[in-house]
Amino acid sequence: MKRPNDLLLRAVSKVAVLIILTFSINLFYSGHHNPGGGFIGGLGVTAALILLFLTYDIETVTDNLPVDFKKVAAIGVLIAVGTGAGSFFFDAAFLSQTFGYFDIPVFGKTELATAVLFDLGVALAVIGSAVTIIQTISEDE
Amino acid sequence: MFEFLMSGSLILLVLSIFACLYRVWKGPSMPDRIQALDTIGITLVGGVAIFSVLLGTHAFLEVILIVGILSFIGTIAFARSLERGVVIERKRVD
Repeated sequence: MKRPNDLLLRAVSKVAVLIILTFSINLFYSGHHNPGGGFIGGLGVTAALILLFLTYDIETVTDNLPVDFKKVAAIGVLIAVGTGAGSFFFDAAFLSQTFGYFDIPVFGKTELATAVLFDLGVALAVIGSAVTIIQTISEDE
Repeated sequence: MFEFLMSGSLILLVLSIFACLYRVWKGPSMPDRIQALDTIGITLVGGVAIFSVLLGTHAFLEVILIVGILSFIGTIAFARSLERGVVIERKRVD
């Protein structure tokens, strides 16, 4: 069997993974007022990781990225439920949110919302579960 | 006039998507089907862009990037499956 030559794929994916990860972070942060949010940001990060899995193999990626994605999913769900339950300390209903305007030295007047923490939990849960599914169904045996 | 041109190009894009769907359904070989699916993705990007111009909003520009990324990854996965029989390898051979 002839050895396949995927030099072009590796050259493209080195640039494309960076672009996809940057766009995912942009989608994650724009989710408060514009289309985006934790779910689609997590799916973007998952798409970048799947591109890495396709270009190289699973062992190379997991050697360079030693993260157990099942634990990532668990931590994400924990953060999401924790921010929901944290509103009990302020005598508010479950999952209620608030926001405020703060003066930050570099960015100027910035709106900070507590919904970002919940979105972070959602994003981590999506990344963990999706990458775990991909790693599980791609096993040969 | 402008809206007429935009609607006409949208209709033409839908017709070309139907032509690609015929190629997916009928295509003699597997690479034809993969090419047709990739072309459907590119045509969808164009359609979303024209729709965004027609409605005068830039809320759909993220859709363009997401559809482009997913179409790219899907085409690569199909090509890998066609060339090697396995999509994601456990350990590289070379």
